[in-house]
Amino acid sequence: MTWETVIGLEIHSQLKTKSKIFSGASTAFGAKANTQACAVDLGYPGVLPVLNQEAIKMALKFGLSVNATINQNSIFARKNYFYPDLPKGYQISQFEIPIVGNGVIDITLENGENKRVGITRAHLEEDAGKSIHDMYDEYTAIDLNRAGTPLLEIVSEPDMRSAKEAVAYAKKIHALVQYIEICDGNMQEGSFRCDANVSVRKYGDELGTRAELKNINSFKFLEKAINLEVERQIDILEEGGSVVQETRLYDSVNNETRSMRSKEEANDYRYFPDPDLLPVAVSDELLLEIKKSLPELPTEKKLRFTDKLGLSAYDAEILTSQKKVADYFEALINKGADAKLSANWVMGELSAALNKNQVEINNSPIPSDELFVLISRITDNTISGKIAKDVFKLMWEGNGSVDDIIEKQGLKQLTDSSALEPIIDDIISNNLDQVKQFKDGNSKLLGFFVGQVMKATQGKANPKQVNQLLNEKLS
Amino acid sequence: MMHNLTIAEQIKGLKNREFSSLELTQHYLNRIDDSKLNAFISVTSEQAITQAKMADSILAKGNASSLTGIPYAHKDIFCTKGIKTSAGSKMLDSFISPYDATLTEKLNYQNMVMLGKTNMDEFAMGSSNENSYYGPVKNPWDTKKVPGGSSGGSAAAVASRISPFATGTDTGGSIRQPASLCGITGLKPTYGRISRYGMIAYASSLDQAGPMTRTAEDSAIILNVMAGFDTKDSTSANKSVPDYTQNLSKSMKGLKIGLPKEYFSEGLDKGVEKVVMKAISDYETMGAEVIEVSLPNSIHAIPAYYIVAPCECSSNLSRFDGVRYGYRCDDPKDLNDLYLRSRSEGFGDEVKRRIMIGAYALSAGYYDAYYLKAQKVRKLVSEDFKKVFKEVDVVMGPVSPSAAFDLGSVKDPVSMYLADIYTLSVNLAGLPGMSIPAGFSDNLPVGLQLIGNHWSEELLLNAAHQFQLKTDWHNSSPVD
Repeated sequence: MTWETVIGLEIHSQLKTKSKIFSGASTAFGAKANTQACAVDLGYPGVLPVLNQEAIKMALKFGLSVNATINQNSIFARKNYFYPDLPKGYQISQFEIPIVGNGVIDITLENGENKRVGITRAHLEEDAGKSIHDMYDEYTAIDLNRAGTPLLEIVSEPDMRSAKEAVAYAKKIHALVQYIEICDGNMQEGSFRCDANVSVRKYGDELGTRAELKNINSFKFLEKAINLEVERQIDILEEGGSVVQETRLYDSVNNETRSMRSKEEANDYRYFPDPDLLPVAVSDELLLEIKKSLPELPTEKKLRFTDKLGLSAYDAEILTSQKKVADYFEALINKGADAKLSANWVMGELSAALNKNQVEINNSPIPSDELFVLISRITDNTISGKIAKDVFKLMWEGNGSVDDIIEKQGLKQLTDSSALEPIIDDIISNNLDQVKQFKDGNSKLLGFFVGQVMKATQGKANPKQVNQLLNEKLS
Repeated sequence: MMHNLTIAEQIKGLKNREFSSLELTQHYLNRIDDSKLNAFISVTSEQAITQAKMADSILAKGNASSLTGIPYAHKDIFCTKGIKTSAGSKMLDSFISPYDATLTEKLNYQNMVMLGKTNMDEFAMGSSNENSYYGPVKNPWDTKKVPGGSSGGSAAAVASRISPFATGTDTGGSIRQPASLCGITGLKPTYGRISRYGMIAYASSLDQAGPMTRTAEDSAIILNVMAGFDTKDSTSANKSVPDYTQNLSKSMKGLKIGLPKEYFSEGLDKGVEKVVMKAISDYETMGAEVIEVSLPNSIHAIPAYYIVAPCECSSNLSRFDGVRYGYRCDDPKDLNDLYLRSRSEGFGDEVKRRIMIGAYALSAGYYDAYYLKAQKVRKLVSEDFKKVFKEVDVVMGPVSPSAAFDLGSVKDPVSMYLADIYTLSVNLAGLPGMSIPAGFSDNLPVGLQLIGNHWSEELLLNAAHQFQLKTDWHNSSPVD
């Protein structure tokens, strides 16, 4: 029996406004508990929300980036439920008329094919605070710094058919919100959170009953959680059981999902329009202004990288998948570095070093103007690509600038024939057997001689030049 | 006696150094001390004396605003920094507000003197002041009677001259009805005229603050400082504030008064009807023209209001959960217990009743039938008025079907709700409404209600002032 997986994602993207969505308190992460919550965030008697216009602009940026319908009169509603970290006893959200309606986004699958994923809606809402259960034995502590932080909840259509597709979609949205600078994308700090609605069905059947997976804070966990859930549901169905509609919590430590609450236990949120807030009116002028302010989006950038810079689709995809990577790469190109070589360096040595040391590219110890110099030294034949890798390592370790390192370590490529010739003569006279074999037609042995020369020069010889000299001397 | 002076007269007295703010304040504090009406929840004597001394020094320097040094009583629904703000509820008996309401700030900015916080129905839910955790207020005209509600403490304080004026709030009649029952002048302005920031919410789309004074002129003076746009309240109107005292003296000649036939049907007490009709004939003598009009949907205002207001309150009052401030039950055994007992013990019956009605009406499966339908009725009520205001300048009628009733006499909540019939429509439509003293029925005061189109406070105050120039009802006093 073959089963089809159906996945839809709800992504909570924290908008990087300076102040909260309905109050003037700061949204900065990591402050001392409850120091960034004013009377409005604390839900004091008599306080009223005032909408932060920046949040509206950010939501519009997103909407326009995914070609969505914009509701020019959207409504804030109250979602009523009791929880200690929800100070007012309701969350201000959007329900019937969200600011962003239907949109689309294209994702690239592993086989290189494109797939279009529908976006159902994106709405603005305020975040709740945090309950901390492990601080005291008998009590739960509450930190309301996060209460009132603006969120854009992006809801997809159930268009994904595998965990990998879901991850590709999530990564695409993750890249987009950073491109348009509405979210810092920091998953560790909870700025970008994914909930997955997962169901399975026999091919051609109606949608199956879904479970909602929560508490997923990395793409790796998203994939794992979905695969676990798919297995669980298939097992149930194949044993003749039925899937229960419920919310399940992903536990990354034990790599399992656990039931959190069933449909029956779900809250009746008693949504109704918030009488403290007027409908959000978006003027045509504002829409136009936002449209003009949008930066080049990943899809457009990718096209430019392949068409104008001659990169492969694969390279262009990787380089545009994160704005900060694209920014770094483009900084190299803008200075005049070779595109293909730059792409190889960014995706190769630099990425490896960053990953190994868990550093973000925007905090790279080797800034783009330094890497540019290094790449230039390859193209101007000062050093070989191989030596460049050694220089890169030394740079990473903080041993000074590219040229200093080349100078101090004497890594400059040997391009002077008068210096190379004696070395080559030595090697020829010490390997007469190989010379004979070469002359007898074993042309593969040229590589052996090149290797010997490179070894003798500690890699500093220009390989092209060595080839040429060897050919002359051995013929 | 100073307490018989209107605010307009007290302003002159302070300016001419006939008395100081401290003397005036002390005089009122003494009267509050002697009062047996239970009009105040908190009397803030110490702060009042400090504020009065401050006002006197500003007055002496000659750079005072017109209201500097005038004492007032603040309904205990407005947040006052460092001072208990209870909303008449056990839930907030221990609540000291960490901030000032915008209205409080505005009155402080004038260097006015707050005497204390007045008693009210719990969270402004009630029409008799019997729903206060602090016990009912007594009507100064007959202490066996209710003062009306929910701003009963404010009305009784002004009527008994223990405060020159008081603030009030009106969600379904809570300024106008107690004003009528206590014989004072109460104005509920257009929705959005006065900031709601720091005014503890009952039903956000209906709540509106307003002045409770003895005269229309005083009302205009106070509205001048209360009104205005507030960036902290998205529903406040960004609309300039006229000087409400400027047009008080316009003639009533040619004023078109609409009498809605629905406001004079069965259920209206004969004595009240007589007073109202007499007042309207007084307007005719002043040159006004009276036209019968119809507000056919006013009968539906009661059910619509008693859906919309509870729905909003069920959500507005969710924040009182025993977690961050206010009442918390003893020894909660878990979270659910904390919620259940804190709210069961902290709220009174009427509040719980409205929370339950509202939560029910908003529930899945009932929302369309109740909340949405009520909103449609609300629109119809508004349209009735829109039509009528094409024909007339002002609508007049009774405020309440009867004069003040006996404390404890209305036991059935629905009967109590039905008595709001003449006041609710105004809130549903967001219109300004006013109650002015118009006479007596069985020795109890009866108010005349004036209803205007949106932003017509000037006209209402003008009409009220002209009436008060011709009549003396506003000067009748239950005390010496």
